[in-house]
Amino acid sequence: MAPPGVVIGDALAADLCCFPTRDQYFALVRSFKNDAFEMCIDVCGVDYLLHMERPLPEGIVPTRFEVVTNLLSLSKRQRVRIRVQAGDDEPEVASLFELYPGVEAMEREVFDLMGILFSGHPDLTRILMPEDWEGHPLRKDYGAGNVPVQFKEAPGPR
Amino acid sequence: MSEPTVRAIERLDLLTAETSEGAQELQRREFTKPSELGREIGAVLLANDLHIDPTQVDLERRDDETMIINMGPSHPSTHGVLRLMLELDGEYVLRCKPVIGYLHTGMEKTGEELSYIQGATNVTRMDYLSPVINELNYSLAVEKLLGIEVPERAVWIRMLMSELNRISSHLVWMATNGMDLGSTSMMIYGLRERELILAFFEKTAGLRMNLNFVRPGGVAADLPDGWQDDVRVICDTILERTYEYDQLLTGQPIFRQRMIGVAPITAEEALALSVTGPVLRSTGVPWDLRRTMPYLAYDQVEFDVIVGTYGDNFDRYSIRLNEIRESIRIVRQCVDMMPRGDYRSQDPKVTPPPRARIGESMEALIHHFKLFTEGFHVPVGEVYSAVESPRGEIGCYIVSDGGAKPYRLHVRGPSFVNLQAIALLMRGGSVSDAITTISTIDPVLGEVDR
Repeated sequence: MAPPGVVIGDALAADLCCFPTRDQYFALVRSFKNDAFEMCIDVCGVDYLLHMERPLPEGIVPTRFEVVTNLLSLSKRQRVRIRVQAGDDEPEVASLFELYPGVEAMEREVFDLMGILFSGHPDLTRILMPEDWEGHPLRKDYGAGNVPVQFKEAPGPR
Repeated sequence: MSEPTVRAIERLDLLTAETSEGAQELQRREFTKPSELGREIGAVLLANDLHIDPTQVDLERRDDETMIINMGPSHPSTHGVLRLMLELDGEYVLRCKPVIGYLHTGMEKTGEELSYIQGATNVTRMDYLSPVINELNYSLAVEKLLGIEVPERAVWIRMLMSELNRISSHLVWMATNGMDLGSTSMMIYGLRERELILAFFEKTAGLRMNLNFVRPGGVAADLPDGWQDDVRVICDTILERTYEYDQLLTGQPIFRQRMIGVAPITAEEALALSVTGPVLRSTGVPWDLRRTMPYLAYDQVEFDVIVGTYGDNFDRYSIRLNEIRESIRIVRQCVDMMPRGDYRSQDPKVTPPPRARIGESMEALIHHFKLFTEGFHVPVGEVYSAVESPRGEIGCYIVSDGGAKPYRLHVRGPSFVNLQAIALLMRGGSVSDAITTISTIDPVLGEVDR
């Protein structure tokens, strides 16, 4: 099903799981879309800072960030999960907006909370956090308890 | 702080600067890229090899012809704190952009700090109208990772409770939708009927909302004595009342005029926008996870998947109304087919021992202590599991590193994704149709923002 070169691993939940590289990612999703996967149901990011040596299929170079995309085929009643290694310092993958316009909000959420860039996204701005927020809260090196709470009423640094 | 606090009223520039959401807001056309503009008018099929039609995007329209106004975040018909920015040409909506995040409390981050046992209390607060289904979704994902089976009775109790929850969630929707359209009596009726279900929840789980009833390994408590009678009364009452709603709303000419043919969406557009739940089914796509990818024991009960034809507001209304009746059918079958047995798994590594055992068994005491101080460990792995919530597919993606807390917990909120369709649905309609449209999308802002 997947184009040659894409590693397919065993997933727990009986879903097919693919491990493309960043370059293969967009083409792989397109081939799935042509193969009756009508819907992109979920996009999320994972920060593996504390588990760089995680079990992955042979030939996959683990990076700190991973983007996990779940596709759904209504006609085949099947799901497929795509885990792409997004990079370490400046994580970036291709946006799926061209294929599935419904990923717009989900990719913005991943960008906002995890700091992963999506090239080709029409409007990559923060979606849940305030515009002037610093940092990306779901990253593992973002100390949740150490940050003073930012209130809009409080006098700003200006 | 060296400088004295500047009062906002003395510095108007500070006031506007501090309340702005910057680039997240709807910008004037001269500052908007064509691709973004296409997005904001809801040109979704641009991706399917159809390029933007200039007449559709009305690129030639100038900023001084139109007006950008703000609706919400505390507008009564935005169902919480949804803020919509609308570009209006007189009474008609040209562009729309939802600005969200006012309820964001970092629940996914919180979930990483809570053990798997505590996690259910966290996720139940996301979609506050369907707490049982949130917990169910989370528990199914954890159980998949653990590889444990829950007893038959727990499965059926879960099904009973989630269907009751679906009814109560749809009733709130009927109530608020009626309210938005000016039928204030519907608001009272919907909440009155929901009260029956909440009272049953209180009797069963001890709480009316945010139950923390479904937990990994089973449910928190067995059903109370005499529950069959309670549930039968609920079913009979609500079924009878749905026919009263028919009289009140379905056949009502004003209601029909405001619903029929307003804000249609096609199946292609709904699929492209990843829309699920009643909004997708209103376009005629028979996709209901209870039927198409059965979980729990939904393959053993009889029910119909309700679909619409035109994908307009009226279809979405009728689907929700009829889903209440289908859920009542399922609940009745649950009452008849409820098996006997345990209500939670007897695996001592997952389920805390009964209180009485702790006094007499050292082992039970140790298990109790370990479970509530450290929690149980879950094997390394990652899992995505999804169930049908009243609003669509709610999914849970958990990454476990073998510890007692999830390494990453992600919840796919159906309202969050469905909200994207709003720009498409509102385009060309009037502001009063916009109110109806927000309502029939049925966003729950707790889940949108998480």
